[in-house]
Amino acid sequence: MSIFEYNGSALVAMVGKNCFAIGSDRRLGVQLQTIATDFQRISKIHDRLFLGLSGLATDAQTLYQKLVFRHKLYQLREERDMKPETFASLVSALLYEKRFGPFFCQPVIAGLGDDDKPFICTMDSIGAKELAKDFVVAGTASESLYGACESMFKENMEPEELFETVSQALLSSVDRDCLSGWGGHVYVVTPTEVKERILKGRMD
Amino acid sequence: MESVFGLVGDGFAILVADSSAVHSILVHKSNEDKVMILDSHKLLAASGEGGDRAQFTEYIQKNVALYQFRNGIPLTTAAAANFTRGELATALRKNPYFVNILLAGYDKDIGPSLYYIDYIATLHKIEKGAFGYGSYFCLSMMDRHYHSGMTVEEAVDLVDKCIVEIRARLVVAPPNFVIKIVDKDGAREYAWRESVKDAGLAAA
Repeated sequence: MSIFEYNGSALVAMVGKNCFAIGSDRRLGVQLQTIATDFQRISKIHDRLFLGLSGLATDAQTLYQKLVFRHKLYQLREERDMKPETFASLVSALLYEKRFGPFFCQPVIAGLGDDDKPFICTMDSIGAKELAKDFVVAGTASESLYGACESMFKENMEPEELFETVSQALLSSVDRDCLSGWGGHVYVVTPTEVKERILKGRMD
Repeated sequence: MESVFGLVGDGFAILVADSSAVHSILVHKSNEDKVMILDSHKLLAASGEGGDRAQFTEYIQKNVALYQFRNGIPLTTAAAANFTRGELATALRKNPYFVNILLAGYDKDIGPSLYYIDYIATLHKIEKGAFGYGSYFCLSMMDRHYHSGMTVEEAVDLVDKCIVEIRARLVVAPPNFVIKIVDKDGAREYAWRESVKDAGLAAA
């Protein structure tokens, strides 16, 4: 079994009209055994920037701590929050530093940039950025997620419709993957508010 | 293989570990205490490679004590858990410790808490958890019978159910178990469950 599939994960981020949604599953497993069904894969960096980390949970936790540390230093020096594009470059650089002994994580970054323009990107475990205009996926359920998102995605969705789309894509994809699931966690972020919702799917 | 499990009840947390010290087919002793009293209100149950277990848990214990000496107040359970995870994570890519840990503690304003820390430094706060081959039986028993806010009697009853299950179904079942509890009055040994007593010199 690959080290990326040790804990199991599913992440998706989607762009809407002046908003974005980022969703994850909630399972923490050790290969075939489920340890917890309330694991947080998505973290807030600041009010308009969210980071999801799929892959090996220990590396996701270490990487998250390093990134929060770097962002806090940035905030102290620059006296402002990091732009999503800048943050993505930071994550990419941090991952490539460990090119020959990498973190076994695939990050998904979603944020609102200048003029409230939504920004999403993902990268592989050594920091190769993949910018997308519509959606990005990561985790053990990524193949199912690609299919589900491709068929369900529409441009310029309003926040409510975007939430429905992300939720349906996430739940139907993790149902086909034994290593991810046990519900979902979806954040819908608009310039004015952040809505966090827990999804109840097939609990198995 | 070693079995360690634990759960959180109403105002207390309980940790159980088997007490066999085994090398290949030989049982060195069957009254080994694998649940360490970390400080006045914390317990640390560890399973894994023998030398690593003793060395690493003592290292954590001494550092927790050092913090209290230096700062005049004890670490919270969450802080101790995160410190332990940090040490495991730092060592992971240099000289990893093969120790799985359940850390239980009681904090005055927070109440009881239980943390799962596996040997690759994955940290998660849980209500019930288990390590080892015994976990296949314990987790299912606890999923069936556990509810939040159990009394000590109910919790010990559940612990006994788990021990009975391990003894019945695990091919190389450990004969003896130690049960320790932590609540507002502190961390202490609760009971032993022995089905084989060490003969000692007197018997010979």
